[in-house]
Amino acid sequence: MTPSTIEIVPTPDDQRIARLAAAAIVLTVAEAAIPLPLPGVKPGLANIVTLIVLARWGWRDAVWVALLRVFAGSLLLGQLFAPGFFLSLAGSLASLATLGFAMHLPRRWFGPVSLSVFAAFAHIGGQLVLARLWLVPHDGVFYLVPVFALAATVFGLVNGLVAAKLMQGRASGKI
Amino acid sequence: MKARLAEWIVLLRPGDWLVLAGALLVCVLSALALWRGGAPDKAVVRAGGKVFAEVGLARAQVVEVPGPLGVTRIEIEPGRARVASDPGPRQYCVRQGWLTRSGAVAICAPNQVSLSLAGGAADYDSLNY
Repeated sequence: MTPSTIEIVPTPDDQRIARLAAAAIVLTVAEAAIPLPLPGVKPGLANIVTLIVLARWGWRDAVWVALLRVFAGSLLLGQLFAPGFFLSLAGSLASLATLGFAMHLPRRWFGPVSLSVFAAFAHIGGQLVLARLWLVPHDGVFYLVPVFALAATVFGLVNGLVAAKLMQGRASGKI
Repeated sequence: MKARLAEWIVLLRPGDWLVLAGALLVCVLSALALWRGGAPDKAVVRAGGKVFAEVGLARAQVVEVPGPLGVTRIEIEPGRARVASDPGPRQYCVRQGWLTRSGAVAICAPNQVSLSLAGGAADYDSLNY
């Protein structure tokens, strides 16, 4: 076997992103084991990682981590290119776009919880738009909006609190 | 327990409360806007294919509809309606019981009488659903 002439040297940046994405993927896979009554309602624990990455390393890294998570997570779960994958992708893109705007809100007033709730709402928004356009071309999907909105509020709050807690621990040198 | 809770609450900044209140408001408003449909406000009675009567569902009353086999009695109560009796042989429309959702239909085919509820945001009628 001839040795490859192309050698890809990962930069420290690449390694950091890979490490963070791995953490997000672990959360995605763990979360898939939680039984939930409605398809589309998920805690989205991996978004905790996205929030922390966003706060510490900025939007570009958050996009990398979130999208790597969507692709690799669905690959592990056997969902790659299944409808659920596209819903997840649409939701992630929408929430990343929203986070891109929301991160410029004054930090003193708006913490990780605000970002988390905004991202969660954008996520269901993106999912619903794709579902309406492609999977269920009927306005009946909007019948579930209140359920999704409540789930986004609750899980947005919980994920935001956990992210805030983890960052607080980091600041005081615990993690 | 209380100290535990306080530990988490300090993580919320003033704007976060605002965002959470807004999120809850979206939940409530979307539920009110999207889940209100289906409450009917009138009953339409047809005989022989023509509208025989349109009755509001506000108060209780009985409508008697003549058909080829005899008289079909339709009973209206606030918010609901049913075919109380029908001369037809199989009684499908009677056994359907109370109709409560907009778009619901009871048809007494032998006597050529039908009862349907209308008004509100009717997504489907009970035939083509």
